[in-house]
Amino acid sequence: MSAPLIWVILPAVAGIFIFIFMREDRTSAVFGGTVATVLSLAALTLPIDTALLIGSFSFKISASIEILGRSLVFSAADGAMLAIIYALAAIWFFGTEPLGISRRFVSLGFVIIALFIASVAVEPFLFAALFIQIAALLTVSLPTPEQHKPGRGILRFLIYQTLAMPFILFAGWMLTGVEASPGNLRLTLQAGVMLGLGFAFLLAVFPLYSWIPMLAEETQPYALAFLLWALSTFTVILALGFLDRYIWLRTSPQIAYAIQAAGAMVVVTSGFFAMFQKHLGRLMAYAAVLETGLLILALGMVSTDTVETVFLLLIPRGLELALWGLAVSMLRQVSPSLRFTDLQGIARDYPVAASAVIVAHLSTVGFPLLAGFPGRSIIWQQLAGQSIVLSAWVFAGTFGLLVAAIRTLAVFVMAPESKDWTLSENWVQMIMLGLGILAIFVIGVVPQVLQPLIADLPALFAHLGQ
Amino acid sequence: MILESIISWISVGVILAGVMLILAQHDWRFQLAGLALQYLGAFWLITRHLPYVIGSAKLVAGWMVVATLGMTHLNLPATLEKTPDQRRWFSLGLAGIATALAFGAAPQIENAIPGLGIPVIAGSLILFGAGLLQIGITSDITAVIVGLLGILLGFEVLYSAVENSVLVAGLLSVINLGLGLTGSYLLSIQNPIDRPEEENILQ
Repeated sequence: MSAPLIWVILPAVAGIFIFIFMREDRTSAVFGGTVATVLSLAALTLPIDTALLIGSFSFKISASIEILGRSLVFSAADGAMLAIIYALAAIWFFGTEPLGISRRFVSLGFVIIALFIASVAVEPFLFAALFIQIAALLTVSLPTPEQHKPGRGILRFLIYQTLAMPFILFAGWMLTGVEASPGNLRLTLQAGVMLGLGFAFLLAVFPLYSWIPMLAEETQPYALAFLLWALSTFTVILALGFLDRYIWLRTSPQIAYAIQAAGAMVVVTSGFFAMFQKHLGRLMAYAAVLETGLLILALGMVSTDTVETVFLLLIPRGLELALWGLAVSMLRQVSPSLRFTDLQGIARDYPVAASAVIVAHLSTVGFPLLAGFPGRSIIWQQLAGQSIVLSAWVFAGTFGLLVAAIRTLAVFVMAPESKDWTLSENWVQMIMLGLGILAIFVIGVVPQVLQPLIADLPALFAHLGQ
Repeated sequence: MILESIISWISVGVILAGVMLILAQHDWRFQLAGLALQYLGAFWLITRHLPYVIGSAKLVAGWMVVATLGMTHLNLPATLEKTPDQRRWFSLGLAGIATALAFGAAPQIENAIPGLGIPVIAGSLILFGAGLLQIGITSDITAVIVGLLGILLGFEVLYSAVENSVLVAGLLSVINLGLGLTGSYLLSIQNPIDRPEEENILQ
């Protein structure tokens, strides 16, 4: 038994099994969510590459598996990361139940997550870009509803993801040259530019995020939210791998400033655009982009806390996007469109879904007592110590998103006084949304609950965590 | 050695022919024929640095992509798209610029990274440049997928000279096939009745 078999191949097989043998959405959601939960618990409890003795029975989960001369390798420190990823995947899979998209979503979702996990495990780690590209190709069929013509957003997404891979692979090859001759400034600059372009495409850095709001209008919001969560999570983990591997990347003040400036630019522009949006899906898209900007900022502020800060942003991001996507998808089912004109006063009929949207939105803003706050407070603190100018710009962007939240709230409650409050959501929807809201509050009020998961993560990136 | 060099330059010529066909004719039949030619030319250039078996696998994978896209189109309502003359000349002009840039840059790259071979670099840059042009001037699904496949192929030609991993070759073939299948999927869900007007930057 090997770790890649359990956390890469088994989930992929589960996805194929669901696609072939399961016909009902509810069964697919429950089965998929349960399998993901079991995988998460297994990652938390079973040590990798350490002999376990249960009674007289001894066994060991080996760390690696070899494929075509290269290896998929997990270290003992990967357990916490796998547990986080599969726990969030379980939330995403259970969340599909009220929407009736479970079979397709869960089956594809498992294969996509397996590929993304493989990208974390592959050695040499540069080849992660190939796995990310394959996963990105699969995600194309996730948000594109059948019987609808594909729009420009999905094509643009495909273009940007495909362009990212060559840049990252070439940069990786050039970086080996930089390692061999660190004094070669020209080669270093070329490799840095290549790497920057690759990650700019992958992380959708300004102005390359135009596909996200476009896609938000064209597709199912829940699927888009999943795509945004999965893609950015694993891209950021790949970026952490680069920072950990190449010393000049994490010690150069110019590169750190460039990364911070790129992050601030994403935050400012997305916050500014969010302020004027009149479409709930596009608003969610811009908020997700803003969070990506914060992740880039966290990567740029290279310190011993970087890994913890990044995961303190990634975990709430998964929850926020799942809750937001679920609530928006529910509202989309009962409203002619997600435009504000069609959503006026909807909080009177769907108060739980409307509350979920507002809570997720405010958490993304970094409102105190909500899940997004702890991670953002660390970033604010560190950024203020490094650059007041960048802090001001990031504040302006976040303020834009806050204005958007207030506008959304105003639209949701904008109904005639005579209209009564009713609970139109069914009990499954209310439980799902209620649990999501509760989780966001719990992480916001007691962020220490994440500590057991986050504490071991710096060991994943040995140099960065020191 | 001389013969190999001649064949390499012929391969660059084949790639150029494929590029011109793709950019000059917008009908899907010409697009796919051009793509098949590009794979044929790239096959020889890839085998300059990788074993024939891997080069052949890439060629077969590429032609499978062409077949997949072709089969999908055959199942769609028949259309014959005529390319306006202005657009054709404009595209060919752009392709000419891309080709000139590729031939201009190839010796410099050969100086920076010796041993790649000028035909390999030129072929790769032509594919990459033409692919970028293609995705920049159209939003038609087939054209965009063909453009992306061209970009990938250009990258593969150059990357094969620096990385000889079988896993990478295999994964790149999977990505090619995946891109083809994604294109087929997008084409098949596109409502043929409401098919959007071809975007033409000259109009």
